[in-house]
Amino acid sequence: MKFKTFIWFVGPSLFLMLLFIAAPLVSVFLDSFRITQPVVQTVETETCSAGFLQQTCTTTINTVPVIDEETGRVVTTTEWVGWLSYERVLEPRRAWDAIRSFDYNGLMQIDFWAALRFTVMFTLVTLPLVIGVGLAIALAVNNAAKSLRGPIIFVSLLPFIITPVIGSLSIYWLFVGDGILTRGLEAWLDRDIAMFAQAWTIELLMLFYRVWHVAPFAFVIFYAGLQTVNQDTLESAIIDGASRWDRLRYVIIPHLMPLIVFIALIHLMDSYRVFDEIVGFRAQAYVISLQWLTFDFLAADDAGNRAFSRASASAMLTMIGIVILLIPLLRRTWRDHKGGSH
Amino acid sequence: MSDIPRAMRQPFALKFGSAAFLAFWCLLAAFPIFWIAVMSFKSPVDAFAANPFDVIFGPATRAAGDGLSILDIVVGVVVLFYTVKLALGWLPRKVVEWAPGGQVWAGWIIGVIGYALGFVLFFFIVLPAVLGVLNPILGPLGNPVLGLTTIHYQSVWVDNQFYQNFLNSLLVTGGVVTVSLTVGTLAGYGLARSGSNIAFWLLIIALIFRALPHSVLVAGYLPVFINSAEILRPILGENAPTLYGQPLAVIAVLVSINQPFTIWMLRSFFQNIPNELDEAARVDGCTHFQAFRWVIMPVMWPGVITTGLFSFLLAYNDFLVTSLLLDATNQTMVPAIAGYFNRETTTTDQVEAVAAAVSITAPLFLLVMVFQRQIVSGLTAGAVKG
Repeated sequence: MKFKTFIWFVGPSLFLMLLFIAAPLVSVFLDSFRITQPVVQTVETETCSAGFLQQTCTTTINTVPVIDEETGRVVTTTEWVGWLSYERVLEPRRAWDAIRSFDYNGLMQIDFWAALRFTVMFTLVTLPLVIGVGLAIALAVNNAAKSLRGPIIFVSLLPFIITPVIGSLSIYWLFVGDGILTRGLEAWLDRDIAMFAQAWTIELLMLFYRVWHVAPFAFVIFYAGLQTVNQDTLESAIIDGASRWDRLRYVIIPHLMPLIVFIALIHLMDSYRVFDEIVGFRAQAYVISLQWLTFDFLAADDAGNRAFSRASASAMLTMIGIVILLIPLLRRTWRDHKGGSH
Repeated sequence: MSDIPRAMRQPFALKFGSAAFLAFWCLLAAFPIFWIAVMSFKSPVDAFAANPFDVIFGPATRAAGDGLSILDIVVGVVVLFYTVKLALGWLPRKVVEWAPGGQVWAGWIIGVIGYALGFVLFFFIVLPAVLGVLNPILGPLGNPVLGLTTIHYQSVWVDNQFYQNFLNSLLVTGGVVTVSLTVGTLAGYGLARSGSNIAFWLLIIALIFRALPHSVLVAGYLPVFINSAEILRPILGENAPTLYGQPLAVIAVLVSINQPFTIWMLRSFFQNIPNELDEAARVDGCTHFQAFRWVIMPVMWPGVITTGLFSFLLAYNDFLVTSLLLDATNQTMVPAIAGYFNRETTTTDQVEAVAAAVSITAPLFLLVMVFQRQIVSGLTAGAVKG
């Protein structure tokens, strides 16, 4: 295919990606170094009230935004402020003090570090669980009668397909104060249980939700992979006296290895941007993630203000994690490419 | 069973363990969804009852006079069974028979909409009227045994105007699927048929874009969208639009966010179509574009449908982008449900939120039922061949 035809085919898609992915990245990068805020002036107002012999007057100094006479809008200025927004998000001095005095709780008082801790913990804990549970379901389904496989796949797809916010809500309603499972646990353990009153139970439910949500994806891919296991290798393994466990360990898992890597990659990307769970479980008072931090800066507060520069700074900091995640992948792809598969 | 070699035969414990694990997983997978569906039909007292059987049978709901008798249940199940049976057998035949050649897809759209409307009319209007007459006559068979009320759905859809959110969701998802498939198939075909270095690098860049957290991108859009009227005024003049709150802007954003995934998936489907097919068309005098339109596309439908499903899911399930870029007047369904959180003070509010959540899930449930095979093939397309 000639280059010109190629561009005609790829052009629209490329244009959209440049306009809506590459350009925003550049603008977020620039915005993280500057702050737009209203111009304020101090106005001295003297208010007097009637009094005996003499009026009593008080002078107050107010800061009010300057309003453009023609348009009636608040005048704003944009300044380059260097690393200020980053400092506001990271609070390096407070964080360093906390680290130096081994004050773990002090460090977790700072939103960014708390979000970072949860996001990394979440990503690393769910990864082996998703792969393990997915593989177990795939092996069990592969072992089940043929007529049952269709319905089982149907049921398994439900947690995967459901809207993440709704999925976490559906689990939230089971464990909410008067939810059925809380009542059951209370009756069983004979004590009061409040699942949403402390951080660790919420985190536990979030981990459970994510495994519940993603394991079907791993299952479907592993199941497809299991259909292509070389039967001859399996048979020779049996003849050589390999036990069931040996066969799984030395024949099936190596065969599925590329798929395990693929799922791990996709899962790392996706769980690093954990967000919907926080909304569904209403966890923001206890646990937040990096994406939620940016979302919170972007959402309008009660006065209708949005903290764009801090949002940009926290977005750029979130990006650093993605870059670290992608570098090994890109290096491998580059080696494969140079190695000459094309 | 005797033809299975002895070494492959499984001990009873393993068989039993694997079956038990599978049963447990199915229960785990379906239970939360099943439970919220049950809760949404009960009065608040029943929905949050301590005894699970009270939640299922709903004594308080039944006491309030809302319930199904044995007759209702039997007739309902029979009608549902025949609805599904007709939808799978009779409907496809009639669609193919009646639709003019080459426009079968239009026939499908009209057929499905007509069928759904007919079902809703019959099931929710004709059937209750008939059963309302029959129930009192039949005595014990006609007494309600299963509490069930649709009042929460009524207050969500009618009183709280959830249908407007539904229409917004329809607009956004419809737009996203159409545009992203149009743009994506062109790009996917180009990338699959070009072995050049640029194609390789484009795919790698798309992979990087795929990994970006969406909040990073939204942080880039939001300031621009809010001030877009002023930014665009020098170019577009006085009627420059404010992009914030515009469904069209959200469609463009979601299409772009979805593009990396779409082109990867479509590329892997296009690679399965033998190159000889285009070459034959080119020999017969087609341009690249004609070959794409008249030779490749007709055999690409499975791939396009699968990719379309995943675009649909992305747009339909999105919370982050739509909640930040749309204002309250044209909110889609998923962010709109967050509005219930703030009001969720009484148990009635909670059950209404549950009903709204079930309303959002129902279309997805139908989707899995109809397109299970495509979803599975889409999930494996990227991984197994890639």
